[in-house]
Amino acid sequence: MRRERRPASFWILAAFFALFVLFLYGPLSAIMILSFQGPDGGLTFPLNGVSLHWFRNLTEQQAVGDFGGSFRRSFTLGLMVMAATVVVSLLAGLAFRRRFVGATPLFYLTVASLVVPSIIISLGIGVMFQQIGIRPSWYGSAFGAHLTWTLPFGVLIMFAVFNRFSPSYEEAARDLGASPWQTFRHVLLPMIAPMLVGVGLFGFTLSYDEFARSLMTAGTYNTLPLEIYAMTTNVTTPVLYALGTVTTLFSFLVISLTLAVIVWLGRRRARA
Amino acid sequence: MAIAVEQPAVAPARTTRARLASVPGRLVAYLQAAPLALILGFFLLAPIVMIVVVSFWDYDFARLYPDFILTNYVDTLGSWVTWRTYLNTLKYAVIVWALTLFIGFWVAYFLAFHVRSTTMQTVLFLVCTVPFLTSNIIRMISWIPVLGRNGLVNAALLKTGVVSAPVEWLLYSDFAVVLAMVHLYTLFMVTPIFNTLMRIDRSLIEAARDAGANAWQVLWNVVLPLAKPGMAIGTIFVVTLVMADFITVQVMSGGQSASVALMMRNQMSLLQYPAAAANAVVLLVLVLLMVAGILRVVDIRKEL
Repeated sequence: MRRERRPASFWILAAFFALFVLFLYGPLSAIMILSFQGPDGGLTFPLNGVSLHWFRNLTEQQAVGDFGGSFRRSFTLGLMVMAATVVVSLLAGLAFRRRFVGATPLFYLTVASLVVPSIIISLGIGVMFQQIGIRPSWYGSAFGAHLTWTLPFGVLIMFAVFNRFSPSYEEAARDLGASPWQTFRHVLLPMIAPMLVGVGLFGFTLSYDEFARSLMTAGTYNTLPLEIYAMTTNVTTPVLYALGTVTTLFSFLVISLTLAVIVWLGRRRARA
Repeated sequence: MAIAVEQPAVAPARTTRARLASVPGRLVAYLQAAPLALILGFFLLAPIVMIVVVSFWDYDFARLYPDFILTNYVDTLGSWVTWRTYLNTLKYAVIVWALTLFIGFWVAYFLAFHVRSTTMQTVLFLVCTVPFLTSNIIRMISWIPVLGRNGLVNAALLKTGVVSAPVEWLLYSDFAVVLAMVHLYTLFMVTPIFNTLMRIDRSLIEAARDAGANAWQVLWNVVLPLAKPGMAIGTIFVVTLVMADFITVQVMSGGQSASVALMMRNQMSLLQYPAAAANAVVLLVLVLLMVAGILRVVDIRKEL
């Protein structure tokens, strides 16, 4: 690539970008540091000694409520939403490649799912379940509520993927005598696999962090964001930050693993 | 959902597409679309219909009574508190929209036009994306040690002698609400704008330069018009998210400000579901009108 001198606008925008990144990560790092606060420390700087006191505190039920249980529920729910989002989005993406009656209304319904305020979905599902007489639960009503948020992302991503996908690969496979299933399994799927992993990441993290849609749909047992929210109103010690640090690191771990899988898939394809 | 079982009226013509499957292609499409249609039908469409129905119901502290009364709407629209709350929510929407659009455009512009290698672009884009995939509530809480009375900003201001007493309005104020919303939602602006900027044919910019346009003219007459669809999609995201927000308003204003969704949330916690439903219908109509207005500017189907 030709090396030319960077114009002044580059440096101004680079500084702007750096400030933006600082704005994104600064506060987050503040609570990460403060979660190592000494046992007598408070919610703000300075650090009053360094300890793991607040992380230990996290495991005690009376200090923070049911952290372990809510984490397990959110994790399981995230996996369920992830699996459903990947499968349903992929199928819908394939359907939209053909013409069918109702394709346009279904597309607009999907977009509507993205713009309808989350609290309205929460209220609607909550009241509907109450009137039908089904008890709301995190694995039932909340699962459905989360899907209304993750599916539009998944479907729109698949829509974009298939818009750029040339049918000539499948035609070639068919001409070579592949059955529709073989074409799907050995031609289409490997090519779109990285995008599907991305859709899965969206499904998991959006569900894992969802608050408003769980509000009236989670039923008796809290998911993690509901638990964290309850803590913000009644916990005034750095144990709140410890919880924030743990869940954020967990999110980072999930994101890194996903990226690793995407890179690995890319390499494997490049080798093949 | 009827379309799941609906058979194609005529056998599909034997086009290349239809030969893809041994089952008639059209039927396959219906089966593939069925899960999405069923889920959205049951968890999106039915709840909204339910809300519309319930908004005409009567209620007391114990239960709901199926009815057809307009009291809930009259109460909602007849109260000046409602109007003030709507105005306040719209105020947040406008301010946050303007800020995220400005920040989002320049961040996307930097990534698309100033970062040269694709790898670096991907890495920097991921750096912007990662916080979006972490908990919103945690990201809100993380402003407490920064903006609080004894927080980092106040400590710095006191030390440098800019102020003599801690600034009180940094946290638990409209300022904090807007700051947190910008913090949470800017990415929704960055991504679509970045996407459209990446698809601008670079030869257009070279042509403009060759024709004698300076940097500002290129930006104003070439890049900005072509970035409009991305800006419109980002605007839809940000505006609908702000209009639906209640937790940022509640946490960051310390209960001192209101938003429409927060008003609904309070009615819901008092089990006044029909009142909340009436509010929900008004809010939904308003949001859909705003989105329809933006969609008149851009056909998002073309953008995917």
